[in-house]
Amino acid sequence: MERLLRNRWALVVALALILAALPLVFPSNYYFRVAALVNIFALAAIGLNLLMGYAGQVSLGHAGFMGIGAYAVAIGASRFGLNGAVAMLAGAAMAGLLAFLVGRPILRLKGHYLAVATLGLGLLISMVLTNEAGWTGGPDGMAVPRLELFGTRLRGPDTWYMITAGALVLGVILALNLIESPTGRAMRAIHDSEIAARVVGVDVAAYKLKIFVISAVYASIAGSLMAFLNGHITPDGTAGFLRSVELVTMVVLGGLGSVLGAIVGAAMLVILPQALTIFHEYEHLLLGLIIMASMILLPRGVIPSLLARLRGGGA
Amino acid sequence: MPELLQFAFSGLTVGAVYALVALGFTLIYNASDVVNFAQGEFVMLGGMITVFLHLAGLPIPVAAFAAILITVLVGLALYAFAIDLARGSGAVQIIIITIGASIFLRGVAQVIFDKRFHALPAWFGSEPIRLGGAAILPQSLVVLAGAALIVALIFLMIDRTILGRAILATATNRLAARLVGIPVRRIVALSFALSAAIGAVAGLLVTPITLTSYDVGTLMALKGFAAAMLGGMGSAPGAIVGGVLLGLAESFGAGLISSKYKDAIAFLIILFTLFVRPQGLFGKRSTERV
Amino acid sequence: MSTLLETENLSIAFGGITAVDQVSLAVAPGQIHSIIGPNGAGKTTLFNLISGLYQPSSGRVKLAGEEVTGLPPEQLARRGLSRSFQNLQIFFRMSAVENVMVGCHRHERTGILSHLLALPNVRAENRNSREIAMAQLARVGLADLAEKEAGSLSYGALKRLEIARALATEPRILLLDEPAAGCNPVETEEIDRVIHDVAKAGIAILLVEHDMRLVMRISDEITVLERGRKLVSGKPEAVREDPRVIAAYLGTFGSEEANRA
Ligand SMILES: Nc1ncnc2c1ncn2[C@@H]1O[C@H](COP(=O)(O)OP(=O)(O)O)[C@@H](O)[C@H]1O
Ligand SMILES: [Mg+2]
Repeated sequence: MERLLRNRWALVVALALILAALPLVFPSNYYFRVAALVNIFALAAIGLNLLMGYAGQVSLGHAGFMGIGAYAVAIGASRFGLNGAVAMLAGAAMAGLLAFLVGRPILRLKGHYLAVATLGLGLLISMVLTNEAGWTGGPDGMAVPRLELFGTRLRGPDTWYMITAGALVLGVILALNLIESPTGRAMRAIHDSEIAARVVGVDVAAYKLKIFVISAVYASIAGSLMAFLNGHITPDGTAGFLRSVELVTMVVLGGLGSVLGAIVGAAMLVILPQALTIFHEYEHLLLGLIIMASMILLPRGVIPSLLARLRGGGA
Repeated sequence: MPELLQFAFSGLTVGAVYALVALGFTLIYNASDVVNFAQGEFVMLGGMITVFLHLAGLPIPVAAFAAILITVLVGLALYAFAIDLARGSGAVQIIIITIGASIFLRGVAQVIFDKRFHALPAWFGSEPIRLGGAAILPQSLVVLAGAALIVALIFLMIDRTILGRAILATATNRLAARLVGIPVRRIVALSFALSAAIGAVAGLLVTPITLTSYDVGTLMALKGFAAAMLGGMGSAPGAIVGGVLLGLAESFGAGLISSKYKDAIAFLIILFTLFVRPQGLFGKRSTERV
Repeated sequence: MSTLLETENLSIAFGGITAVDQVSLAVAPGQIHSIIGPNGAGKTTLFNLISGLYQPSSGRVKLAGEEVTGLPPEQLARRGLSRSFQNLQIFFRMSAVENVMVGCHRHERTGILSHLLALPNVRAENRNSREIAMAQLARVGLADLAEKEAGSLSYGALKRLEIARALATEPRILLLDEPAAGCNPVETEEIDRVIHDVAKAGIAILLVEHDMRLVMRISDEITVLERGRKLVSGKPEAVREDPRVIAAYLGTFGSEEANRA
């Protein structure tokens, strides 16, 4: 079991199989929708985990990049007549460019200072989305035209489940590739000791920036997919501070530095509140409790705790 | 000119509130290294509880006193049932816990109270005082005086009492403080109680001017945090100066540039400060030891 | 003998304390130059200045004839300067061999896009770096522990892991800060051998070490620091006999235990 959790290709194959098998047991469209949301948030969480769990840099504003991806497809299609897929790529490029431009000064900061700077960045993005109502529809949001590919309109949660599942598997493969590459070693090294990384020639600032850009692109793509799935987006729902907090919680809850963990964390934080929607009025109260409880009870994250348990018991 | 005076005055008023929130942050941060994102909820609770106890028939002074007391209990509970349980966790985990607490408290307020805006009557009426062409609300003066009083009390306490010395010792070196017999955990709990009280007072001072609702805490916490950072994390005078500067910048920015992006102006200033002087205005620059 | 690294009147002050005060020294390829002195003398700070972690308040550093004062450590690494740390700086969550592979970083050429796609050239490069890293691990006697997580290794092993990692950068000069501190006699022996071996390969070595027997045996030259200043500099025999050094050390030379902090 531990081997399985550690072997990256076993992970990819298992994930693909599970994602392919799930539709067989889904009783209704609702399940497809929730599962598609899990895929989407898992994708964003994997990107953020590259930044937080591997390179060790916190971001409390990552939903801002999701917002860019979401509004790129909405505005691109409705205002510029772009095909949704093209708009999605344009959004990813914009998110990456923004991350590139602001990343260097922001990532010089450490600890709480980095937290507040990224938080400020996310807030600024969501403020722009809220205030520029002429473009974005303001706080009430805007409709997202359906994605059209090869002459067919893509609609329906089952279709979007398949697309997001594909995107997730692709995201996992790219992330695993990166982790086992020179870049991956450099960023993991930065996490453990920046000065040791520097004295063997790793340009720490440059790598932090690269990972920041990559994680922003992951978030942007996830945001675009969410926009397509929901058909309607709002600044708070895509780029809000709560979203950023949820993303960070997913990463930590699943396990910093674990790709599988990011998926598990996303699944838990998407499904748990869904299961509790009967208590609609208590939504925030319960979300707050879930976030606190998961950090207090599982500060190391689900997957690392599980691995430690397996190692302790099995060996 | 009268306009500028007006901006300066309203900036000072909100700045005083930010300063109190930042001071609360600083107390907890110094005692425990915890950055408490639920600080803004203390402000919200101070205002909301007063409003609802008053609606329930209590006279305002009694309601206000009860609100402070309840908020202090909430602060202690936050320490005992969340922060203390997570002792030894990483900084990110603790940050998320306090954010979770903030969301939770907001959720509780939404259930117990409601989602509407509420006001409190101003303490000395709402007839504006004319001064050099600017209109000044009497309540603004109350906010300024109240903030000054709290700041003075806190500084006196830290400077003059044994308790204050213990807090200072804990802030300087926790291990050493423990070794000389200071009950560090109780000091940290106390810092949560004090911060909660400061927040609650800030809330009930400012509610007659800005109104309150269940969700005013988030922005308040972010700005207080930003103010603390502007001044230099961990510096109490820095927190106060940072708060006032932030309030002024916001007020002038909103008046002269764009009120839509009032909150953005604050964060742009913070980002700029962090880039050019990451240790804040009052923080000391140090070479990281290797 | 040409000098490879040279410092000229290097100084730094923290607050009021001048931790390194006008220190000049030189080291040539293949030479072992030891820096000794009591705790707090400024040895580590001197290393931090030379390796670019601290900015000197005055003075200069020259590497192979070029002025490199104030260059950041990653650029110095690319010019062939690497080091180990007194307080371990290990990538604890990576395996031993991966730690050393990070040392190969400056020779790796593939770009981030090929990394994401795991193109064949990346896989070849990974293999190549792993081979180099394994060779360096073998060189310091850690080949058996290559796949172990660094966090699980013993202190003595980690000391050598840092040397292997620094060696993987293929340095021209290596700075070793107390490599034998906390090591048992067998491990110290091993480190002695490694240092000799490295010097023989033509790499210049600056060594900070408290184990006087090791220092006296191994050094071509010794500089004694006291309170940031250079007290004496010369051949081991000369330094050993110098009355100022004996005074500074209260006659504890030769009994390394007394000097272990
Ligand atoms: N980053 C720093 N900030 C302040 N003081 C420092 C710093 N680094 C070293 N020092 C001071 O410089 C002096 C020399 O320390 P160090 O170089 O570590 O000595 P050694 O390695 O010879 O034992 C000490 O007094 C130490 O406290
Ligand atoms: Mg030292």
